[in-house]
Amino acid sequence: MLDRNLIGHALGKRSLTVEEGAVRSYAQAIGETDATCLDASAARDAGHRALRVPPTFLSCLEGRLFQTRALLELARIDLKRLLHAEQSYEYHAQAYAGDVLSYEPKIVDVYDKKGGALEFLVKQTRVTNQDGVHIADLRTALVQRQLAEV
Amino acid sequence: MTTPALKDLQVGDSIPALQLPAISRTTLALYAGASGDHNPIHIDIDFARNAGLDDVFAHGMLSAAYVGRLVTNWAGQERLRRLHVRFTGITQVHDVPLCTGRVTERFAHEGEPRLRVEVQCANQNGDVKILGEAVVAAL
Repeated sequence: MLDRNLIGHALGKRSLTVEEGAVRSYAQAIGETDATCLDASAARDAGHRALRVPPTFLSCLEGRLFQTRALLELARIDLKRLLHAEQSYEYHAQAYAGDVLSYEPKIVDVYDKKGGALEFLVKQTRVTNQDGVHIADLRTALVQRQLAEV
Repeated sequence: MTTPALKDLQVGDSIPALQLPAISRTTLALYAGASGDHNPIHIDIDFARNAGLDDVFAHGMLSAAYVGRLVTNWAGQERLRRLHVRFTGITQVHDVPLCTGRVTERFAHEGEPRLRVEVQCANQNGDVKILGEAVVAAL
């Protein structure tokens, strides 16, 4: 059983600069065709101050600041039994290459289903930029499954 | 950029589908590097076999990114307000993902007209790998 005392546990606040090359590599890796995520001059021509960060890349940046491994150790979740159950994003403002984004994750729920066979841990993360603008809220639900007895 | 007539869409209308190429090992290697998710279960067949699997499988978040593209390529990233995905199945190497969406609600939030869209990502056999929803501004 995951520890319900983790509900409300804040993991701290960490920041990083969004590198233009990292945005472009991600956009290429997901087959993005929107030039405003790939070509800085195209982004500027479209009225943006830099490359636009693809919406799902916000999760990757969180992973660089807060290693999933550390969260699993904190919650005593076994990597072999781990699945990513759900992911959601609420978007408030555009993030750009060159921004300094701050992430503040917090564990917001711990519960189980099917008589404890599935144990869920839900993390919510507030993302802001260098001007204090609220960029997004990320919500991640991880699940630990019971494995069949060997 | 083309501006779709979002304000004219009705409940039940489909949005333009996004057909992806087949998932290759190169796709997964590039995604691992670019995303920072280096879990060997997605890129190292020896590790996968040691874990009792026949092969590596795709990152769930790669399909989530495809669902993001489905929505932003259609509505524009500046209109995206919410994206939610639930992972319902494993995407295998050589699967061919197809992302689709359908309008389920028109509503207003603080005066902004919005569309709620049910989205999914399925493989070539119609097996659903992601179910979710997006909310976009219908401006």
